[in-house]
Parts: sequence; structure tokens; C-alpha cells
Amino acid sequence: MDKICPSLAEAVAGIPDGAVVMIGGFGGSGAPIELIHALIDAGPKDLTVINNNAGNGRIGIAAMIDAGMVAKMICSFPKSSDPRAFTDRYLAGEIALELVPQGTLAERIRAAGAGIPAFYTPSSYGTELAEGKPVGEFDGRSYVQERWLKADFALLKADTADTYGNLTYRMAARNFNPLMAAAATTTIVQARQILAPGGIEPENVITPGLYVDTLVEVTDPQQEETLIRAGATYEGAKA
Amino acid sequence: MTDAKLSNAQIAWRAAQDIEDGAYVNLGIGFPEMVAQYTVEGREAIFHTENGILNFGPAPEPGTEDWDLINAGKKAVTLKPGAAFFHHADSFGMVRGGHLDVAILGALQVAQNGDLANWRVGNKGVPAVGGAMDLVHGAKRVAVITDHVTKKGDPKLVESCTFPLTGVGCVTRVYTSLAVVDIEDGHFVLREKLPQISMDHLRALTGAELHIDGDVAELNVPEL
Repeated sequence: MDKICPSLAEAVAGIPDGAVVMIGGFGGSGAPIELIHALIDAGPKDLTVINNNAGNGRIGIAAMIDAGMVAKMICSFPKSSDPRAFTDRYLAGEIALELVPQGTLAERIRAAGAGIPAFYTPSSYGTELAEGKPVGEFDGRSYVQERWLKADFALLKADTADTYGNLTYRMAARNFNPLMAAAATTTIVQARQILAPGGIEPENVITPGLYVDTLVEVTDPQQEETLIRAGATYEGAKA
Repeated sequence: MTDAKLSNAQIAWRAAQDIEDGAYVNLGIGFPEMVAQYTVEGREAIFHTENGILNFGPAPEPGTEDWDLINAGKKAVTLKPGAAFFHHADSFGMVRGGHLDVAILGALQVAQNGDLANWRVGNKGVPAVGGAMDLVHGAKRVAVITDHVTKKGDPKLVESCTFPLTGVGCVTRVYTSLAVVDIEDGHFVLREKLPQISMDHLRALTGAELHIDGDVAELNVPEL
């Protein structure tokens, strides 16, 4: 079994126009900047992107939007310290938005990975975000029915992997990454290091390797927040 | 008439007095984060953040930030001994599952039936909800800290919200710049009031009836 891919470009080469792509991270923490920038180089169009946010500055998901690759964002919070990329296109009617409460977004992704097509949650009941959704009453309280959220591809950032694709994450960079690993048909992971089997104590595995299809080693990954503070652009960050 | 009112720090201080020792607490982004500064001496509160940390501490020294260690507002934080990381579905399971003791949020409007509007003013611009619609459900107590009125002087405690709702019937207590108000059986019930202001003045600044049920205590907060 060999899940290791020698280059970022090869890892994302199979992502076609119109694909639904989950991208891990919460703000910059856990964001797979190198995989995103490789996807911009590959240049598929009309993507639906699922992330908590909708990009920041001129790098990462914001640079995907700038490149005109994103037809729709599914997210909870399309704002950031520099949200121009999404804001400009959204206000111009050039990008669609499905706004999902953050906990519902996480649970919809988890449900997809766990084979649960729908579930009920109290979140958003009675609000405009629940309009048109079925409502159920359980033990005297009202809940909104939400459906699973799947993707064709997931682009994720891990700290340590082994060659089976078992993963660990660094601190709060875990966030959506383990959920998305299970919810996408093809899961592509950049890891700071890829170890031989046994390199990760089984007790410490966060994402078991069966969810992971492709691994790329990025030994010194860029941190979105650091790039933002340096005013970096996609071209600059790649240089 | 008087323009006496509590500062944001003083409102945060008052809200902190009600956090029990050992409580698991989520503080909303922005103003509610101030509550953490006023944890009562001798009590320990364990703070939860939506992006997957329990028991985080204050911001690090500038220049020592680790951008994988942030809170839900994307600000750098530190860890206390005994902290834990977990993924986003677990994090919101803690919220909806009723495992947090207290959530403290900001508000645009709070209605007398406990409805909260705090995510959006109208239909202009880019809508962004984050975790607000989840946090209002599940914590054992959902409290709001807010100025009593808007910058224009309009009441923020109202009969029914005119701004888009965050949650229905979810708020149990409101700490304002003038008063502490509980929400019980579809009513605002006044618990504490700044001694410098009259009942008539408070009622004039409140957009729904203020019920009295027993003693109204003086809202006394130290200079901060």
C-alpha cells in the first residue's frame, strides 16, 4: 500500500471542474495552504468549496476566489480580517453562498462520514436559516432537520502521518480536518512528516488511515495567519 | 435624569460574579471575552472555544503567538495545565449536548420571551453566523451582556425582536449597563438596578414591561 504522492501538483491533478471540495482549517489554523495553492495552479473551475470561512487576504481560499475558481461557498462565517476576495464577488452576485451554523456544518460533515443522511438539531430553529427545512418535535422541543454534507475531495492539513495515512494534528489545527477526512470520496492530506508504519503510537492516532487516500509531505508548511500579517499574495507565497 | 451607567468592563465583572467554581464556560467573541478577566478570586472557570480547546488561557506575549493555538475569534491564546483539544463535531456536541454550564453572548436585541438577535442587522452585506445559533442552545445558562440601549438610545430589551433571530426562547439572564434582568415565563423580571437611576427612567429605556418579583437589589460594581 502506498498512499504517498511525490508532488502537490500530482496530488490535486484529478480534481475536475465542478467538483465539491472540502478544505480543512478554521481561519488559518489547519488550513492546507500548499495544497490549495497547487489547486490554483491546476485551475479547475466552478468548484463548490466547503470550509468554515471564505478566505482571508490574497492567499489560500481567498486566492481561489480571486482566480475565479469558486462558484459556491458553503461556510458558517464568510468574514475575516481581510475578506475582500469573497465580499466583492458576493456583492457582485458572482459567487453563491450557503450559510450554515458552525455546529450544524460540523455535524453535517460528520454525518456524511458516518453514513447518517439526516439528523435533527436545535440550532437555527425559528430563524431564517431554518426556512424551508423540516421541523420535528422531540420530548416537547422543536428541532430542525439537516442533511449530510458530502464532498468529492477533501484537502486537509495534518502534522504527522504514517504511510497508511494515520494522522495526528497540531493543537487546534485539528478542527474540521478529521470530519472532512471521512466525508469526502477522495481525501488528500498534506503532512509535515510521513513516518514508517509504527511511527505513530496507535493510542495517538486521531484520524485512522482508512479515510485517507493521498499523502504529500510538506515539511515546513506555511501558516495562513503569518502570510496574512506579511501581506502575502498567492504568487508571493509560492515563491 | 442621569447618564450613570456601567462600563463594558463593569458589565463583564458583574456577569463573572455568577460563574460558579468549576463551571465550563463559553464566552462569545468580542465583548463577552472580557468576562474571563474578572473570574472571581478562589473560583476556577474552564473556558471552551468552538474550534476545539477546553481550558485555554489569556493571550500570549506579542511575538510569541502560535497560530495553531487560537480561539473562535481567531486570536492567539495560551493553554492552561489540563487543557484538551478535540475536533469540531465534538466541540459542538459539547454545546448542543448541554455539557457547558454557561454561555455568555452579546446582543443586538433580547425579547421578553428569551428570543435573541445578535448576528445580523438586516439584509445588506455579507451574512455571517459562525457558532452563535449553536451556542444559544445547550448551555445550562445562556446569559447576555449588553448596553441597555443602542448607541442611538433605542431599547435593546424589547417585546419582540425586529432583527433576524439567532435563537428562540434561549436567554435566561441579561446583564446590562443599568440592570440585571431575568427572563421567566415570557417576562423580563428586574433583579438588580443601578442605584443612581430611577425606576421610571429604567422603564423608559426598556422596550417591554419590567416585572418586579420580590426585592430589587442595588447593582453595585467596583470602579475598574
